[in-house]
Amino acid sequence: MEKLQDVMPVVKSPAASSSRLQLFFKKLMQQKVLLLMSIPFVLWLFLFKYVPLWGWTISFQKFRPAKDLFDQEWVGWKNFHFLFSDDSFYRVLRNTIVMSSINLVLGFVTAIVLAIMLNELRNIMFKRVVQTISYLPHFISWVVAANIISSALAPEGVINILMTKLHLIDQPILWLGKGNYFWGILGASEVWKNVGWNTIIYLAAITTIDPSQYEAAEIDGANRFQRILHITLPGMKSVIVILLIMNLGNILESGFEPQYLLGNGMTVDYSENLDIFVLKYGMNMGNYSLATAAGMFKTVVSFIFLLSANSIAKRLGQSRLF
Amino acid sequence: MKESSAKARYNSVPDKVFDITNIVFMLCIVIVTLYPFINMFALSFNDANDSIRGGLYFWPRVWTWDNYNYIFNEASIYHATFISALRTILGTVVSVFCTAMLAYTVSRQEYVLRKFVTIVAIFTMYFSGGLIPGYLLIKELHMINSFWVYIIPGIISVFNLIVIRSFIEGLPDGIMESAKIDGAGDFITFMRIVLPLTVPALATVSLFVAVSQWNSWFDVFLYNSSHINLSTLQYELMKILQTSNTAASSTNVGDQFAAGQSGVTAVTPTSIRATMTIIASLPIIMVYPFLQKYFVKGMTVGGVKG
Repeated sequence: MEKLQDVMPVVKSPAASSSRLQLFFKKLMQQKVLLLMSIPFVLWLFLFKYVPLWGWTISFQKFRPAKDLFDQEWVGWKNFHFLFSDDSFYRVLRNTIVMSSINLVLGFVTAIVLAIMLNELRNIMFKRVVQTISYLPHFISWVVAANIISSALAPEGVINILMTKLHLIDQPILWLGKGNYFWGILGASEVWKNVGWNTIIYLAAITTIDPSQYEAAEIDGANRFQRILHITLPGMKSVIVILLIMNLGNILESGFEPQYLLGNGMTVDYSENLDIFVLKYGMNMGNYSLATAAGMFKTVVSFIFLLSANSIAKRLGQSRLF
Repeated sequence: MKESSAKARYNSVPDKVFDITNIVFMLCIVIVTLYPFINMFALSFNDANDSIRGGLYFWPRVWTWDNYNYIFNEASIYHATFISALRTILGTVVSVFCTAMLAYTVSRQEYVLRKFVTIVAIFTMYFSGGLIPGYLLIKELHMINSFWVYIIPGIISVFNLIVIRSFIEGLPDGIMESAKIDGAGDFITFMRIVLPLTVPALATVSLFVAVSQWNSWFDVFLYNSSHINLSTLQYELMKILQTSNTAASSTNVGDQFAAGQSGVTAVTPTSIRATMTIIASLPIIMVYPFLQKYFVKGMTVGGVKG
């Protein structure tokens, strides 16, 4: 961008701009060390982040891995036509949107409730201990979490034992073997793993609330629920709105690991999302072009969502996201 | 007596009911969070054949080290743990150092390429080539079946770049100015002045990078799955999970099979799975509580400015 601004005035006055260009290079030479400290990583960014973007061209080709990269057959929008006429693509799209919506709603509600309840704890030591423990599942891998979840939900697992003892069910249920349980299990798993972590930002928002507001409310005779409803929640409002908008922009990001690790042949109609679709078509079936087309669709639509989310945030008077 | 009046205010009956309900609610959260780990711990230290009887919840019934002995005598798992540790340490050091260096350059107001580098970096947060083009690139670079595929593609994290940059920009200007007056170049200033002062941000970022290195299995699966010497602990655990998923309905058959196979030591898939779960989560359980004050701060800075 810097360069661009320096080059633009060329049309207007060559003399002035050449001196500006000279100044630019003179400055650049003085900043040799900064240049050496950053250019290797800029090259790295180009290689690992921008070259794959150029790889999007594969989705307009009939890509054959055996052939040279520049020797591929171009097929126009054919892969996209195939994608949009494929029923399984719409099923995968439905799963993606449903699962990320469930995660969005459950994630928000549980984190906000937990943050408020944590804030209401009066014993600071106890609060700290609960917080620390609640962060734990966020840091462990999905592999470990999936192991835990699948053994808890196994026929002889703790969930079935507990529910049988409470007479909620007569015999053990194969929870991970039925498609219509999958979305619920996934939502609950996401909550288990991330609810503690998600409270961090809300608790930070709560600490910015002026304590004198609570004192004033107390003098006016407001009880605990009224104080939560009229002071704590409004104090969190701007953070909630901004995170909500930001997450609406990520509606096609429903995650990959939990679905891949917890899903199986019996639940595939519900567990398969866009990312798994890309993996399946690309790596398992070797149809690189179709998989790239699906991946590109996801990135472009996500970006459009994010741009709209950003402009909504601006219109609502919240600070911009980027 | 402000304190006693505060106490009196909170001592009404509805307030007490609320407090007690809240504490019970929190205890439920603590149990739901910790129980799975306690149960895995109990299974991993319990005699494998005894575990088949079931009814094991909080504490081992028949104490034994057999499960751990078995796993660490298994050459592949022993090696996988080593690779996991190596990629975590090397990957974290390289990524944090390089990201901090780039963050320093883009925090320098006088740097003429500052805007250019920042935009080049931030753009990549919104557009990524995706799975297939990324895979083809790694293939073209001949990094398949090599250890370096764990380190090099993760050198710069743009999110971490923003966290560190915001932190450096929050440092008092005078410090870097005086270093310059003393004749220190940018690299020396970065190494001697900026790095030590940036420790709180570096601690946060290191935790994020180390956790994601330790936890990752997908790159192993994608690039190195045919090369057992490059496997990691998480990938081995993932393979166990996949096997137990496909054999979900016939767990006991699997148990007996493994018991028959290993003869005297008698371990079962269930106990191996529990033991590996504990090994895979133990380093994290031991580290993250001590970095809590750093990552809570880092999260809120990153969240607001990112």
